[in-house]
Amino acid sequence: MAKRVAIVGTGQTYHKSKRLDVNGVELIHEAVARALEDTELTRDDIDLVIIGNMDHFEGINYVDMWSIDGSGGFMKPTIKLTTGGTTGSTLAIAGYHMVASGLFNKALVIGWEKNSESDTTAAINTAFDPIWDRLTFAGAIGALAVEASAYMDDYGITERDAARVVVRDRKNACNNPYAHLRKEVTIEEVLSSPMLCDPVKLLDMCPRSDGACAVIFASEDVAEKITDTPVWIWGTANRHLYSYINDVNFHGLQSLKNASMELYQKCGIKEPLKEIDVIELYQPYSFGGLLWLESMGLCKEGEAPKLVWDGVTDMDGELPVNPSGGVIATNPIGATGLIRCAEVARQMMGKAGEHQVPNVKIAISTGFGGCMWSDILLYGKDKPY
Amino acid sequence: MSEKEMELLTKGSGEAEQPFRYSVGRWGSKFLIELRDHKKLLGIRCPKCQKVYVPPRQVCSPCFQRMEELVELSDKGTLMAFTIIRFSFIDPETGITRPVPYGYGFIKLDGCDNSFQHFINIEDESKVKIGARVQAVFSEERKGNLMDIKYFEMIDD
Repeated sequence: MAKRVAIVGTGQTYHKSKRLDVNGVELIHEAVARALEDTELTRDDIDLVIIGNMDHFEGINYVDMWSIDGSGGFMKPTIKLTTGGTTGSTLAIAGYHMVASGLFNKALVIGWEKNSESDTTAAINTAFDPIWDRLTFAGAIGALAVEASAYMDDYGITERDAARVVVRDRKNACNNPYAHLRKEVTIEEVLSSPMLCDPVKLLDMCPRSDGACAVIFASEDVAEKITDTPVWIWGTANRHLYSYINDVNFHGLQSLKNASMELYQKCGIKEPLKEIDVIELYQPYSFGGLLWLESMGLCKEGEAPKLVWDGVTDMDGELPVNPSGGVIATNPIGATGLIRCAEVARQMMGKAGEHQVPNVKIAISTGFGGCMWSDILLYGKDKPY
Repeated sequence: MSEKEMELLTKGSGEAEQPFRYSVGRWGSKFLIELRDHKKLLGIRCPKCQKVYVPPRQVCSPCFQRMEELVELSDKGTLMAFTIIRFSFIDPETGITRPVPYGYGFIKLDGCDNSFQHFINIEDESKVKIGARVQAVFSEERKGNLMDIKYFEMIDD
């Protein structure tokens, strides 16, 4: 029988476009030190370190070894995981799995990236098939723009609809001291920002950041001794779906749709819009903040713009999405999925400060990778059965 | 000197080169050779679900079934989704900043079930629309790689 698992503490760096004052190892250490401080645990209490990033961004391939000074992994079991954009959410799922196994009591999970160290799109391209995909591929921006073109054509979605998502997230980010871009933008500013890949403009797209995040997962045997506000993992799901981008069906995020259905079923969620209190969505571009809510079954297909315009996903709405400001404001890629997890935990622990949503009992975080695969995690304030 | 004024250094990787040589495999080679020698596009059919894929590959992913039956596809198709890339970035294949703008389209070739992604001609942007009919324009000198197709152009069909 699997152990029940809770998040007991989190730590993040102040995310920025360039952190030249620290190398990668030192950046990692900042997040780890904050997570230990948050839990009042020491390095000695940790019995497993799981670390990840997308190694092609820095070109350092033995991150598990190289990060030891910063991670606290000296003479401890250390595992590296990397799954592209989903790295951070995969790390969280792995932390859950490892502690649930009963073999480890306290796992320190770390995601990080120093995106300032290379050309992000060039690095992303190296993740794709060298013979069939790379000739034309233009990183995440190109592929997401293709998805947006199909979505607009399917349902008459407009660039203005997408801009409303950006306005929400950038506003929320102003209340999050860790966020990278902390300046509000208007719909007109989004619409008039430079076109990157039609219809995706500069302000529709996430930045690239330097940053790290650490989250401590503990088993039910110790979680309640560490914190009064453990955040229980109720379930996780993930889906991959293709080898060649030729095979992607751009009409809705199939991987997220499928993973969400599995997760709702596992956790007994029948009406996600009503039952979920907060979502930290891995939303690297504005249109994803519409289409992917549909893929998660929060509304019917083509109806997400109404949800967003009506304020349902705003801070004071029925289901706030990205109270932290989300990926549109902060994106150290290998940490991004784990920041979603940490932000949900902060919300549920009541530690989110200026961007706190009141009384969060059930929440979701997601991860999006490469192009078009998905992770999803569901958290509860109550201990799962 | 205060922390703020301190000079912070970075170190470049230099003119690093790490060339790779990737195996195209049996099915991929057949596709590229047929493209090079006869300007023909091949797909492959799954014996279980009957779906036809381009480029040909060994396994149908959903069925996890080996495929053997090559199918000749039309060089015409329908534009399913596209973008125009306007920002430039370093192409990791060449080390050269990729020339922009260029059209990037997902094309459902007639007789095929998945899409084929390639360049699309954006000379007349008003014609570049989802649902547009397109046709492959082949390179005059073909070398057995994807660039043997120059791009797909919009046609009245």
